[in-house]
Amino acid sequence: MGMTISEKIMAAHAGMDSVKPGQLIEAKLDMILANDITAPIAIREFEKLGVDRVWDRDRISLVPDHFTPNKDIKSAEQVKMVREFAARMNISNYFEVGEMGIEHALLPEQGLVLPGDLIIGADSHTCTYGALGAFSTGVGSTDFACAMATGKAWFKVPESIKFVLHGKLNRWVSGKDVILKIIGDIGVDGARYMSMEFTGDGIKNLSMDSRFTIANMAIEAGAKNGIFPVDDLTIQYVKKAMESGRRKDSYKIYESDPDAGYSRVIEYNLDNIEPQVALPHLPENTRPVSEVNDIKIDQVVIGSCTNGRLEDLRVAAEILKGKKIKKGIRCLIFPATQKIYLDALKEGLIEIFIEAGAAVSTPTCGPCLGGHMGILAKGERAISTTNRNFIGRMGHKESEVYLASPAVAAASAVLGKISSPEEVI
Amino acid sequence: MEEKLKLKGRVFKFGDNIDTDVIIPARYLNTQDPKELASHCMEDIDKDFAPKVRPGDIMVAGHNFGCGSSREHAPIAIKASGISCVIAASFARIFYRNAINIGLPILESEEAAREINEGDTVEVDLKNGTILDITNGKKFKAQPFPEFMQEIINAGGLINKTKKELEAKNV
Repeated sequence: MGMTISEKIMAAHAGMDSVKPGQLIEAKLDMILANDITAPIAIREFEKLGVDRVWDRDRISLVPDHFTPNKDIKSAEQVKMVREFAARMNISNYFEVGEMGIEHALLPEQGLVLPGDLIIGADSHTCTYGALGAFSTGVGSTDFACAMATGKAWFKVPESIKFVLHGKLNRWVSGKDVILKIIGDIGVDGARYMSMEFTGDGIKNLSMDSRFTIANMAIEAGAKNGIFPVDDLTIQYVKKAMESGRRKDSYKIYESDPDAGYSRVIEYNLDNIEPQVALPHLPENTRPVSEVNDIKIDQVVIGSCTNGRLEDLRVAAEILKGKKIKKGIRCLIFPATQKIYLDALKEGLIEIFIEAGAAVSTPTCGPCLGGHMGILAKGERAISTTNRNFIGRMGHKESEVYLASPAVAAASAVLGKISSPEEVI
Repeated sequence: MEEKLKLKGRVFKFGDNIDTDVIIPARYLNTQDPKELASHCMEDIDKDFAPKVRPGDIMVAGHNFGCGSSREHAPIAIKASGISCVIAASFARIFYRNAINIGLPILESEEAAREINEGDTVEVDLKNGTILDITNGKKFKAQPFPEFMQEIINAGGLINKTKKELEAKNV
């Protein structure tokens, strides 16, 4: 039997000809990352290992993006610890505020993650890089600490579910709606311990930004990774990203064999997917926006590692252009990286947002995890383009988060209640 | 760092899909202090948990325990709260990995998760994976760990295992 793209990447990095689901392997890593919340624990653990240098200073990325710009003294101390460690270990890819972006938008943009890579990150949304045809998965601080010393990690080879996507998305429908629809269908543990492989003739009609969004939320179905095949669009993206010169090596393209084994195959016609909303308090509580009536909101968040990319901002601007955010509603917009921010500025998107009455922030994960920059009070409700709507995720335990695409979030900001883009345009 | 192999404690029971945001809300992730983290463990769904939990107590939950973020603060908070072992119908994978890596004993048993009730007294034998509910007299057997993971557990966590391997290489 053949192998899936995920199995091939794992086998190659374990120095084996083939691997099978369930097999435990130790494999070499191409890139590892941590942020200002997970790195401090990792640094303490690393120090227990008794080594005085890291495995490869060019293959470690440290991105203080969660509670930055420092939200309080304790957060400032944590970031300081990471900054000093990066300096001591001479780590090339430490990103200070000013060049910092949300890690999962930043690393692909900077060409730090490439097709065929095996990547771990001490952040659950590390699965985002599967959009580039890499095997990439979230781990905890201790795994990251050991990988900093050894360049290796242990893995259980996951089974794969194949999602075959056909057709083309309708207007105002994006990758966010595709992944919310899938999570709604299979549930928050529908792909637990598994690989979610996206394939089919519909892939060519999905932008890179939509692919990043889809791979990003694979973890919300419990998956180990989400992964896409590499096509011309991927190569074009990677070529541009590699101009940064941060990675000196090249990349390898892997493809699933036609006779690879899957535990399940699920088909979707992209034409049939409507804009989706996930109701509190699980990402699986999804329904088409047309079935969500009269849900008044207090806050709108457009941003995050899920939906803070240029395409997301363009869609939001298209809807907000010449309109006003409904009085009494806070609309917060977070370009995910400095480059995205600058591109949005040059395209006139930032002006549209400010004219509409939105607040635009420097990149940060901030409100997505209830950190800072947009915390909800008791009883408040937000529609957000982020990835989780768990109890207390954006603030008070009695606040609510509804997950949706940038198009739905922007339309909702105009009407003050959860709305379809068509109600606004 | 040797773990006790026989545990006995009172049960705190939770449902399905207990995510890491409720285990330890992100607003407390500006610290790495286990005791401080433990004082906020589960507070958004059970404000009585942290004040009531005693050393040795056992947490029992449904499916997909520990889903969501990769924060190791979640198993650290549970461990520092005094909980000696988490029994769940199933675990989310990053939490499972983190628990093993930091040496928080976890056992997977759908039956035990269903049959054990809040407040029961439960005895766990980590060596052979048996669970006895002393209150209702029912016995359960947890899924055994693969050998490789058992090695991490035996070493007292991934750091100890890696340290030994690094030292062996340098000799």
